[in-house]
Amino acid sequence: MPAEQSVKIAVRGLTKVFGDSPEHAQALLRQGATKQAIFEKTGQAVGVADASFDVHEGEILVVMGLSGSGKSSLIRCLNRLNEPTSGEILIDGQDIVGLNRHALLEVRRRKFGMVFQHFALFPHRTIRENVEYGLEIQGMAPAERAEKALTALKQVGLEGWADATPGQLSGGMQQRVGLARALAVDPDVLLMDEAFSALDPLIRRDMQQELVALQSRLQKTIVFITHDLDEALFLGNRIILMKDARIEQVGTAEEILANPATAYVERFVAEVDKTKLLTASAVMRRARSVAFVTDGPRTVLRKMEDEDLNCLCVVESDFRLRGIVCDDAALAAVQRGETSIQGIIAPGVPAVSLDTPIRDLFGPLAQTTMPAPVVDEDGKLKGVVVRASLLQGLAESTGDTGEIQEEAA
Amino acid sequence: MIEIPRLPLAAWIDNGLEVLTDHFATATKIVSDVMENGIDNAVDGLMWLPPGVTILLFALLAWRLAGVHTALLSLFGFALLWNLGLWEPTLQTLVLVLIATFVAVAIGTPLGVIAALSSTAYRVVFPVLDFMQTMPAFVYLIPAIPFFGLGPVAAVFSTVIFAMPPAIRLTTLGIRQVPADLVEAADAFGSTRWQKLTKVQLPLAVPTIMAGINQTIMLALSMVVIAAMIGAQGLGGEVWRAIQRNEAGMGFEAGIAVVVLAMVLDRITQGIARRKPGTAG
Repeated sequence: MPAEQSVKIAVRGLTKVFGDSPEHAQALLRQGATKQAIFEKTGQAVGVADASFDVHEGEILVVMGLSGSGKSSLIRCLNRLNEPTSGEILIDGQDIVGLNRHALLEVRRRKFGMVFQHFALFPHRTIRENVEYGLEIQGMAPAERAEKALTALKQVGLEGWADATPGQLSGGMQQRVGLARALAVDPDVLLMDEAFSALDPLIRRDMQQELVALQSRLQKTIVFITHDLDEALFLGNRIILMKDARIEQVGTAEEILANPATAYVERFVAEVDKTKLLTASAVMRRARSVAFVTDGPRTVLRKMEDEDLNCLCVVESDFRLRGIVCDDAALAAVQRGETSIQGIIAPGVPAVSLDTPIRDLFGPLAQTTMPAPVVDEDGKLKGVVVRASLLQGLAESTGDTGEIQEEAA
Repeated sequence: MIEIPRLPLAAWIDNGLEVLTDHFATATKIVSDVMENGIDNAVDGLMWLPPGVTILLFALLAWRLAGVHTALLSLFGFALLWNLGLWEPTLQTLVLVLIATFVAVAIGTPLGVIAALSSTAYRVVFPVLDFMQTMPAFVYLIPAIPFFGLGPVAAVFSTVIFAMPPAIRLTTLGIRQVPADLVEAADAFGSTRWQKLTKVQLPLAVPTIMAGINQTIMLALSMVVIAAMIGAQGLGGEVWRAIQRNEAGMGFEAGIAVVVLAMVLDRITQGIARRKPGTAG
């Protein structure tokens, strides 16, 4: 698919040095010096070192790295909020690095929309006026820009809030406004700088899904910055991994997970495979209802009916696991006039221990709707894992682990 | 021991001022005459209405701008001054303060904007402000006389110099305090410098600028009282007369009038400052 996509932005040899004498730092960079070494020697802070990559038309390109890795400096070079020290940035074939101020303003107005980590809404303007901002400075007539602003607000589901002020909105809603403000100018490229990082995990997941849904309709070219690998994997058609101002790897999520280019990427990626880290105890459900070996089939059927289950684990009076009993067998036993379930206890799915990694549960549960019993060291039933809770546990753990990792870093 | 000659600093300054007065005195005298006429007319205009009516109008204005407490304060405060026979000097002082504040803000706010946007301008303007604010206020009175002659215009001139620094400082502060990401957002959408200033930076700096204007008014009030020494009339003139005649009671009456005027002006400007962001938000 990438082969048939045209290149929207081509970045070649982009370097950004913060400081008053970047030449010295650039010379050291060419010799392969690290960002830290250059800062110690020259006092110049390298933001981006010799970055070259393409952004394809209509893709979400995620730039990913920890704080200080240069990802924010990089995205700000694309619309020259940061003045590049050297290199080329070709947008639709036009190098924007050499543009004069007037031409640069035109490029910013026509090509880019930007969404910021802390929303950066104008507190003295209403929501509609915020969304209108980009159109207003282009000189669009009030009626026309009001209409476009409302359309953009509709796209993010906030059309009822046009006359509110930013202070009246929650964080998630404010960032929807930020997104609407960027969409209102109908830009070719959306630059999203840690756009969802300030939101709490649940809202963030909603926003990620909404962005994907919006993107499938709008087909913008999006450059998305994040420090959260899960977010990168979820959103990114392709991912750029950055470390210490340099690009470590560019590729699709699969390529990066399968073939980490450097030890740094490998370590990063190691964090992501949640199935290795989550254990059965984290995703199991308490077995609210169990069948005792002394129960009769009618009792067992009643319990299943109450809990809306079709199988129950069978335990001894001390909760040691004996096996499993399912509704069809119990029904047959009732029809045969049996008064005990002793004869219909099936072995079921083999019991697993509390610390079994959940990736080992996918196999056994793939074939059956029966629950997998979870037992402690003494063989006593602690809970069950069903397929649904397995997937749910996996879903819940994504999205917030990135933050733990960031705090630790 | 080597005798180090005394620097003739005073002579230099005198010479400099002399050159300036030689060249500009004619012009400044004309300005002075026109302004003095204007000040007299403004005071006469305010005195034309019966004081009771003017006081009611002021109270109404205070109510609209700053609420019922300020309205009552100005109603009873001004009524007291009328009763004490200080109504005309109070109006004279008010007119001087308002003119001086208007000029100080008209010059100070643009200077503050320039100092906020250009670090070169900042490095030039702020040391001058330090100089202006630490120089004893009385000193400004002396050079005002050769340019404008004794009288209210010289008073306004020295008051403007004395009262302008907060208008500049707080404008600069207000603009520099606008969060960096909002300025960045304005840039990212392709704002020109002027659009960024008028649509983002100035509106967000308004509360701080209003605080600066409030301080300018307070400084102007204290300076027009001092400027009575060079012939500004008004409440300062009453104080000055009380000093010369050693009449403490009369001095305090005029002093209380200054306090009342200060409180009313302070509450009204604060009311406006609170109102501005309130209407937008």
